[in-house]
Amino acid sequence: MTRAVLLTVNGQTREGVAEPRLSLADFLREVLDLTGTHVGCEHGVCGACTVLLDGEPIRACLMLAVQAAGRSITTVEGLAPGDGLSPLQQAFQDKHGLQCGFCTPGILLTTEAFLRDNPSPTRDEIREMLGGNLCRCTGYHLIVEAIEAAAPIVAANQPARIHAPKPT
Amino acid sequence: MKPAPFDYLAPRTVAETVAALSQHGDDAKVLAGGQSLVPMLNLRLARPAVLVDINGVAELDHLRAAEGLVHIGALQRQAGVERWAVTHLPLMSEALRAVGHAAIRNRGTVAGSVAHADPASELPALLLCLDGAAVARGAGGERVVPAAELFRAPLTTSLRADELVTEVRFSLPRPDAGWGFAEVARRHGDFALVGAAALLWLDGSGRVAGARLALFGVGGTPVRGAAAEALLTGQAPSAERIREAARAAAAALRPDGDLHASAGYRSEVAAVLAERTLTAALGRCRRAA
Repeated sequence: MTRAVLLTVNGQTREGVAEPRLSLADFLREVLDLTGTHVGCEHGVCGACTVLLDGEPIRACLMLAVQAAGRSITTVEGLAPGDGLSPLQQAFQDKHGLQCGFCTPGILLTTEAFLRDNPSPTRDEIREMLGGNLCRCTGYHLIVEAIEAAAPIVAANQPARIHAPKPT
Repeated sequence: MKPAPFDYLAPRTVAETVAALSQHGDDAKVLAGGQSLVPMLNLRLARPAVLVDINGVAELDHLRAAEGLVHIGALQRQAGVERWAVTHLPLMSEALRAVGHAAIRNRGTVAGSVAHADPASELPALLLCLDGAAVARGAGGERVVPAAELFRAPLTTSLRADELVTEVRFSLPRPDAGWGFAEVARRHGDFALVGAAALLWLDGSGRVAGARLALFGVGGTPVRGAAAEALLTGQAPSAERIREAARAAAAALRPDGDLHASAGYRSEVAAVLAERTLTAALGRCRRAA
């Protein structure tokens, strides 16, 4: 039994049909053709599929597509303004913060939300935040450097692009 | 790595949820945050015929502190509770920081982690340490299951298949009580090999008026360090006495060895962490006026 799923992805209203067992990650990739969200371990460990749900990072492999109805999702395709790169993406390129790139979308989205909430993080805070994302190429060092380089630029350009968390 | 097919129900009220669970019994699983259940579905370690998604049950989204208890509704995410606990219950915020990673805590619920009853997980042990309870609603009505009667075996509680955990309750420590939390894991965010949570408070003469110790990763369920609590209560606290109490708590454990850590290692680490958390709790105590 399939269901229609109506949701907002990167600011646009999108609709697709999903079996209840279809993950949000597979829905984004296979139904909406947004293949920037990568699927690694499929059990919440690797972080490659991380997207923002109403502005907060979540594992898209651990959420059903039908649960995302009415919600707002940001994927890596929604980070860059137009054809260019976002300041964070530019810093990853400048500092060689990626090699194969498989883990990069999840790390970018996790970091976007992290820098929004903590605009000038310490190196230890960056490393703790990265603990939820596996990278098998870089040894993380250049990722940490990229995030350190990006933080002041992101803080200076902080747009209202990603929803702030709801007050609690 | 994809779940087996299931029927998906999304009730809007507790009554509808309980009705669905009563109808489907053992064939149904409750889906809250999904951070433990969905991996099990993806790996096909769990193959429920019916998934009952409670994310639309608005009445389960409460967080309320009253009369010495904090009531945490079944939809309260770990991340939100963590923000509340920073100022209200620092022991809990410290424990929550050790649960997975931020992206996991944004979805994972406090009550779901308790109901999942993983013996290596922080929140069941915290429920035991803080004399908490799970509130369960079934076809026969509501009952309150104290933590000491809740955890039966790995991933197994005394809840029935038709029962929904609507809320978990933790007692709030006295304001003068000190606390400690520590765990040993291979990496931050991994499941703990062993962990401990402790509370301690003193009377007017500086003797221990009460002590609570809970250990996890040391058996099929979280374990209360009753021997340590008994050895400390009524005594003037000292480094030596805390060490003796911690050793007594660890000696009562019967941990299993596995490929992550041997039984002997777990016992040894339990003694060390019990000592560290009780020492930290003593250091944070404020003496009663």
